[in-house]
Amino acid sequence: MNPFVLVGIGGAVGAMARYTTARLLERELVDTLSVNVLGSVLLGLLVTAPAGDAVALAAGTGFCGAFTTFSSFAVETVQLAGDGELRTAALYAGGMFAAALVGVLIGGTLGGAL
Amino acid sequence: MSGFREGWVGPLALVAVGGCLGAALRHGITVLTPGVAALQDPITGTLAANVLGSFLLGAMAYDAGVGQVVPTRARLLVGTGVLSSLTTYSTFAVQTSGLGPELAALNVAANYGLGFAAVVCGQRLAGWLS
Repeated sequence: MNPFVLVGIGGAVGAMARYTTARLLERELVDTLSVNVLGSVLLGLLVTAPAGDAVALAAGTGFCGAFTTFSSFAVETVQLAGDGELRTAALYAGGMFAAALVGVLIGGTLGGAL
Repeated sequence: MSGFREGWVGPLALVAVGGCLGAALRHGITVLTPGVAALQDPITGTLAANVLGSFLLGAMAYDAGVGQVVPTRARLLVGTGVLSSLTTYSTFAVQTSGLGPELAALNVAANYGLGFAAVVCGQRLAGWLS
C-alpha cells in the first residue's frame, strides 16, 4: 500500500485518540503530557520490536506521530511563560522531555523482550 | 453550536480528516522534500515539521484568550487535526534517544528553541494582522 495512505490512516486514528484523551481528561497540560509520554512508550516499543515497514508507517509515523504533538506543547509552554509562570513553563518543558525519554526507554525494553 | 461541541461524531470526523492530512504532510516533509538535502534526514525533517507546525498553531492560538475569531470547527480541523498531527513529540523523543550526548543536546535545543520562537513569531504575526 502507498506509504502516504498508511501514514494518513494511522494519523487519523492517532489524532482522534489524542482528541478523545484530552476531552476525557479535561485537564490542560496533563492531557498533552499524557499523550506525549504514552506515545513515546509505544513508539519506543515499535522501533525495537520486530515489525514490518507497513506497521512502522501506519502505527509509528502515522499513529504515534499524530497521537503525540509538539506544537500544542510549544504553544502551552510559551503561554505559561507569557503569563509570568516561568517556573511552571520550565518545569513543564523539562518534565515533558524527561518523562518522554523514560517512556522511550521503557518501550524499548518491552519491545526488545518481544 | 453547543450541540456540536457536546457531541462526539462531528468533532472526531474533523480531527480525523485533519490528522490524516497533517501526518501525511509530515511524512512528505521527512522523505520527499525535493532539493533540500537536509530535510531528507529524518531528524531535520522532524525539526522542520515541528517548527512549521508551532509557528502556524501559535498564529492560530493567538486569539484564544481574546475571543473566538477562529470558529470551533476550523480549530478542530486545522489546529487539533492538521497542525497537532503535523508536529510530533514521540518521533522527536525516539530520535533524540538514539543520538550521542552532544547531538542529543543540540537536537533538544533546536526543537525547543526554534519551536518556542516560532510560536512567538506566529502570535506576533496574528496580532499584527488582526
